[in-house]
Amino acid sequence: MLKIIVCVKAVPDPKEADRLKIDPVTKSIPRLDIQLVLNPLDCHALEAAFQSRRKYGAQVTALSMGPPAAGNVLRECLALGADEGILLTDPAFAGADTYATAFTLASAIRKLGFVDLVLCGMVSSDGSTEWVGAQIAAFLDLPVVTRVSEILEDQGDVWTIKSDYENGYRIVKLKLPAVLTVTREINQPKALSFSGILKARSKQIIEWNLESLDLPAERVGLKGSPTCVSELSNLESRRAVEMLEGTLEEKVDHLIEILTNARAA
Amino acid sequence: MIDFTFSEEQELFRKAAKEFAETRIAPHVPIMEQTNRGWDEVVKELAEAEMFAVTIPEEYGGLGIGYIGRLIALEEIARISVATAMMYQVFGLGIEVFIKFGSEEQKRKYLPKFATGERLPTVAVTEPGGGSDPKGCQTSYTKEDGSYVLNGRKCFITNSHIADVQVVLANDCENSEAYSTFIVEKGMKGFKATHEEHKVGMRGCNTGEIELREVVVLADNILGGEGKGLKVAMTAIGDVGRGGMVGCSLGVQQACLEAAVKFANERVLYGKPISNLQAIQFKIAEMKIDLEAGRLLGYRAAALQDRGERSANEFAVAKYFTTEAAQKAAKMAVDIHGGYGCMEEFPVTRYLRDSFVLGPSAGTSDIMKVIISRWALT
Repeated sequence: MLKIIVCVKAVPDPKEADRLKIDPVTKSIPRLDIQLVLNPLDCHALEAAFQSRRKYGAQVTALSMGPPAAGNVLRECLALGADEGILLTDPAFAGADTYATAFTLASAIRKLGFVDLVLCGMVSSDGSTEWVGAQIAAFLDLPVVTRVSEILEDQGDVWTIKSDYENGYRIVKLKLPAVLTVTREINQPKALSFSGILKARSKQIIEWNLESLDLPAERVGLKGSPTCVSELSNLESRRAVEMLEGTLEEKVDHLIEILTNARAA
Repeated sequence: MIDFTFSEEQELFRKAAKEFAETRIAPHVPIMEQTNRGWDEVVKELAEAEMFAVTIPEEYGGLGIGYIGRLIALEEIARISVATAMMYQVFGLGIEVFIKFGSEEQKRKYLPKFATGERLPTVAVTEPGGGSDPKGCQTSYTKEDGSYVLNGRKCFITNSHIADVQVVLANDCENSEAYSTFIVEKGMKGFKATHEEHKVGMRGCNTGEIELREVVVLADNILGGEGKGLKVAMTAIGDVGRGGMVGCSLGVQQACLEAAVKFANERVLYGKPISNLQAIQFKIAEMKIDLEAGRLLGYRAAALQDRGERSANEFAVAKYFTTEAAQKAAKMAVDIHGGYGCMEEFPVTRYLRDSFVLGPSAGTSDIMKVIISRWALT
């Protein structure tokens, strides 16, 4: 039976993104009352784990680092089908950049013992760095493939993976254990179901803190984060309207010209 | 101590129901509106999402989630399509009479199939001669050689043409004071779904008439015992029927508020969004107040129901308040849209039409006042 860890993140609901504002003094984004939800791409990572479980049998553990409120997101993972949830929560973990986050997550994975596969969403909807998956792999000294859009062959411990790039893709063979970060093209996650929610009643969420992980305080959270945010600013995007004049043919020709020039630019 | 918060699990039910309504029901709405059909597709979607299992106990193949869970599901479905929510709520009414009054044999025979949606029931009480006063029931039965022969006509029956099982209220020909409810199955000789209604709103929600001509049923088809029909019909309508209408109304209120807020923020007049105008703000405030109050009334009644207590009076209050509030909200949402509120491409026109079907269903507002005044005066 495979042992699969799916790293998930509680993010501010992307549907409420326009309510997020930058605090000009602290350069942080106050959470306000915006609900934390499961990072959308992590649903695809979970579904990839469930597909492997259906084929070969697996123990799927959802792992998250965050405030106690992130427990709701882990409960949702259990309702979606994860076998157990682990929440890494401690005031010392607060303010972590991707390096400190990956270090903490990797420490928890190491504490779990042997794992076959670590799955992550390619990117989080709030931070959007695409770094954490690769950094976890580095801390665990495991191979990593990012932007996985298809698992072509998954029998045995050598898998064949399709990995996307901006203008193409590559086919990769890799040996498990490994870390994969997945895109939304990899699968269509199943919807949350009422029976899944009821089944989650009997599943457990374990909480680990700094002491449980036996980590030095200076390696986690803000203290363990080498990243320094010097500036954050809002991007204004405004739509420009241009009315095209002339006959239908002239307007179509003009539109094609505009679109062609825009692509060239 | 009173705790007004939903549990973590109930919040997940809401999320699941909301996602279901937005992704699986919403695509059917335009077809339902245009054709006054499409019910087979949405009923299939409801079945696949386990919606019919919500109130059915686990030992009969259900989920046993209860009535707060049902109200959450109804509210979220009605927010997208109150026509779908209406069919769902009346199937729930049909299911409820089996849960509350079915014999063990009847429960084992019917409930597991209802839970999966393989078969679905409705309740047929209203007749051309009367609805809220079931004693005016003209549909009759006679006993012949250990069987029962049913004759009559029922109207305004939600799911009339699509239910596999009808629970029919009928009056004993030999004893005008005795009423019984009978399980009548689709395909029985003499049973027919006849006229289909074309309602002002809730298009795509199946409503129509049924006809019973010399329909012969066995004693096993009596639900709740011979002569107990009024109790069966009124208990189901009082607790579950009115509760269902509360869910439908809350969904319409929420939809109206969302549409009004969106339009008010986007519509710019004299250089500013109209949401800056106090006249608009006050309308939105009233819609929000009514929604908050309606939720408190509705979920309080559902909480009583989940505890196994009588909730008919509390649901009468909630039903009166929320159906009136939904009509008010739809009118205000249309008003906020100005001229656009008359254009069918804006959903508020649908909400206005739908809201007028909420009132009469499961008892008009005046009937609710009769019930509520009796409660207050005794």
